[in-house]
This record gives sequence, structure tokens and C-alpha cells, in this order.
Amino acid sequence: MFIVIIISSGSGYINIKFVDVFKIIASKCTGNRDLLEGMNKIFSVIVFDVRLPRILTAAIVGAGLSISGAVFQGILLNPLADPYTLGVSAGAAFGASIAILFNINLFAFAGISSCSVPVFAFAGAIATLFFVIFLASSNSSATRSGLSSNNLILSGIIVAAILSAGISFLKYLADEQVSIIIFWLMGSFASNGWPDVQLTLLFVCTGFLISFFFARDLNLMALGDRTASSLGVDTKKVTLILLVTASLVAAVCVSVSGIIGFVGLLVPHMTRAVTGPDNRKLIPVSMMAGAILLLCADTITRAVLPSEIPIGVLTALIGGPFFCYIFKKRQMSGSGI
Amino acid sequence: MGFQIEKMSFSYGDNKVIDNISLHLEPGRFYGIIGPNGCGKSTFLDLLSNQSQPAAGSLFFMEKDLAKYSKKALSRLIALVPQNFYINFSFTAREIVLMGRYPHIPRFSAPALHDMEIVDDVMQKTETSQFKNRFITELSGGERQRVVFARALAQETDVLILDEATSNFDVNHSIRMLNLAALGVEKNGKTVITVLQDINLAAIFCEYLIFIKNGRIAAYGKTSEVLNENTIKSVFNVDAKVYHDSYSNSKQVVFRR
Repeated sequence: MFIVIIISSGSGYINIKFVDVFKIIASKCTGNRDLLEGMNKIFSVIVFDVRLPRILTAAIVGAGLSISGAVFQGILLNPLADPYTLGVSAGAAFGASIAILFNINLFAFAGISSCSVPVFAFAGAIATLFFVIFLASSNSSATRSGLSSNNLILSGIIVAAILSAGISFLKYLADEQVSIIIFWLMGSFASNGWPDVQLTLLFVCTGFLISFFFARDLNLMALGDRTASSLGVDTKKVTLILLVTASLVAAVCVSVSGIIGFVGLLVPHMTRAVTGPDNRKLIPVSMMAGAILLLCADTITRAVLPSEIPIGVLTALIGGPFFCYIFKKRQMSGSGI
Repeated sequence: MGFQIEKMSFSYGDNKVIDNISLHLEPGRFYGIIGPNGCGKSTFLDLLSNQSQPAAGSLFFMEKDLAKYSKKALSRLIALVPQNFYINFSFTAREIVLMGRYPHIPRFSAPALHDMEIVDDVMQKTETSQFKNRFITELSGGERQRVVFARALAQETDVLILDEATSNFDVNHSIRMLNLAALGVEKNGKTVITVLQDINLAAIFCEYLIFIKNGRIAAYGKTSEVLNENTIKSVFNVDAKVYHDSYSNSKQVVFRR
């Protein structure tokens, strides 16, 4: 993980030696200025103010999306679940598009204008989540659990369809700003700074701790609600807590980086092939795997490819076919997912 | 002690599934529940295992309102083998059985040697050891149900509730599993409450039978007393002959076309 960070900090339009990168980081951490002597001063600025925030955000977002994907899959007992299936990402994107389109600046008076997009994405995601839960929960009776996963996914897809039509409408209205929205929707880490790092780190860490705490309960819920409940899991409570946690994490990730597809779906899948379905291993390992994967993908778009393409496009282009391959292979071998 | 049920009712919407049931279930006995499809058997078990709460009436377990137990405490007292289960993730059979020990293991602790011994022991008894490292998703319906049965045994509870737990078993395994359950009743004073479709199997194993029809108790009592032609006729609307069979040393029911 650390090594990947160092390598990707060094590569880019201006190549910087790995030793130097290490020195720069070390000097920032220890406050020791001597290490920087004999180095081009601009290097330190490039590494610390331009590349590192972006790199860290990419890693944290990768981790966040993977956690949220793993948790959604565990709760819904559906390996195809992820923030998209539930409409959470679409909700966040819709909220953020509104903020961008109308150039809303709620916090102008406080001097932190950069906050309105995350806050709107956040509000969008949570509103969508609760609307989806509301649609999915039948108070009429016949369901024992109250929240059946089929209902949840169906409602999620319906709501997501409505929201993407809404986003298209916003784009139509947007005229001049349309390029901003489109580029943001495709997903990019290009403009991330230190505040983004702090924001995502805070939420992803909290999300990780909460989901890790409930990992064993999540294992039991794989046996079905009735069994889990008879083994001492308060299924309704755990479902709700984990759904909200995973949605918040997804919303924060979407708000800083736009829609990055397939990470939340793919990483827990690949990880499950290595660790098995035990969520106590799955959640931490897929967090690391997601971080490394997205970081590598971002480094490729930034440093290897001739012109920078949105990372969301890259992950979908690589991840999509790979996912099809895994899906088909699993089906043929007849084993579960 | 045991379950003390007073005038319990439960409905899904307007559909009254359990209608004013009063019953006293003693500990250390083997109860069988018999009734036509959709008569409320599963719902009754759900109420006993606190998956749902009665809409009216009361349900006490060991002299305390069942709803007042924490889920955690209850999971050490009552185990449930559900009728349908669908496991989507490829846990190994052994991992599934080990999950039965979770109520006894603190959240972040590794299972102790004692837990592992119990797991291996129940897997041997249920004849699931030979596929302990295979994925649950690769097993046949009957094998999978045996694993789930082993999981419930590993839970080591006083009360074992089986919801048609033998529906996928062949005759050998049906008898073997019910014998395991009966052994727990005789040796350790456990309580078994099971829904069975096979009346003859129920007659062999259950000391007491509860016939449920339309959410009400149609007949309840010792198997030798309550199992007769009239009960079968009134509950299932089927003509049958009930006789004492010396080979199985129990009452048996035969039907004709």
C-alpha cells in the first residue's frame, strides 16, 4: 500500500525519483527540512500539494466504495448489490448536479464554499435511501423481516431510473455548465485537495469501524433473517445501521469523485474468491484491495495514458468485461457467489 | 417452566393466522405439530422463537414474557431449524456449523477449543463430517439441511424448534436426525418442538401431538390418546385407519385411495 503510494507520487508528467518522494514525505512528517536540500523546490510542491491529496483521495474512495459494496452485498444477500443497485449513487449524483447547476453556495458566508457539493450529494443519497426503504417496506404485513432484499433492489432500480432521467434533464438545462457536470459524473480525482482527503478519511474510517463491528452479524444474516434472528442478531436494527453507514460512505465517495463504477461491485467479489465469504476478513481485505486498485487505476489515467481520461470510464471499461467473465465462469462451475 | 401460552392470536393484515391459542408446553418433552398446509404451523413456531410477537394474549417462556428476553439471551435458550433456507455465499459446511456457536463466543474472540470440539462432535453425529470443507452452495438439499440441523445442535440450547426440518431427508437421515433430537430430550431434558408432515414419523418420535387447523388447536394430548381416526378426519378431512403397530411400538396411520 505504502509502496504503491510512493510509486504513484513519483510518476506523472514530471518524473520524480522515488527516493526523493520518500524524503519529501519524511521531511513533512518529521518537520526535518534538511532532507529537502539539494532537491528542486518545485518537487516538494508537486508531491505534497498536487499529487498526494489526489492519490490519498483515490485510495480512500476505493476503500470506501469497496466497504460499502461488501456491506450492501452482505445485507441484501445479493452479490449484485452495490451503491448503484440501491440508487444511492444516483441520489448522490442528482444532489450534487443540482448544487453544480444552480451554483448553490450555501456556505458562502462561512467562507467554505467547497462544501455545498458534498452536502447536497449527501442529502440526495440519504433522501434516496429512505425513499427506497420506504418503497420497499410493506407495512401491510406478509413479510416477516419488513425489508425484503428483492423489494429493496427493485425499489432501488426504479428510483435510480427516475433519478438518472432527472440528471439528464438537469444536463439539458445546464447549457454552459454541462461540461462540468458531465466530467464530474464520469468520475475524476483531478481536482481533489486536502479537505477532500480529510472528509473522506473521516467517513470511510467510521464506516469501516461500524461495519467491522457488525461483520459477524452480517455473516449470520447470510443464513437468512429467521436463522440470524434465532442466533441472536437483531436483524432489523443491524440492517438499518449498516444500510445507513454504507450509504453515507458511498455518498461521500461520490461527492468527492463523481460516479466511479464497478469498484463497489467488483472488489468484494474478487476478494471473496481469496478470503471466502467471512465478512470479518472480507471487509478489511476488500478495503485494502479497493484502495490499491483505484489508486493504480488513477495513476494509469494520470501518468501512463497519453491524455487524462475520467477514471470512472476506465474502471467501467476494464471492470465491466472482467465482471462478465467472472459472472459467467461462476455460473458454469455451478458454485455460489 | 416451559412455554405458557394464554389466548394468543396473531394476524397478517386481516388474515388471522393464529386464533386464540392457549397451551402449556412442559420442558423435557418431544412435541409434534401437525396440520394442513397454511394452517399457521410455521407462524406458531415463529411466535415461539420470538421471530414475531403475539398481537393479543400472552406468551411466557420460563415464567418470563418471551418478548422481554434479549435476542442474545434467547439465542442461548432456543434454536430454530427453518423450513426454507437459501445460502447465497460460499461458506464451508464447517463454518456454517461453527456459526451455531456464535451466541456463546464474544464478538471479537476466536472460537475456543471447546467450541471446536462441539462442532466436530455434532458434525460427526449428523454425518456431515465427510463434507465439512465443501461449500454449502455445492451440497444437495438434504446435505445442506443436515448442516443446518448440525448448526442448531451446536447451539446447545434447551429448546430445539424444527420447522419441517426433515423435509429433504431420506428415511435413513430422517430417523437419524430425529433420534438425535430424541436423545437430547431423554438424556439432557431438552425440549423439542417440531412440525412434521409425516404423521407416522411423528407418531414414532413425539410423545405429544398438537393438531392445528385454521389457526386453532384442533386436538392436543398424548400421542397414544389423541391420534385416532376422528382427529385425522376432522383435521385433514381424510379417511384413515389408525392402529397400534408392534414393530415401531407406536400408533400408525394408513390411508387408501
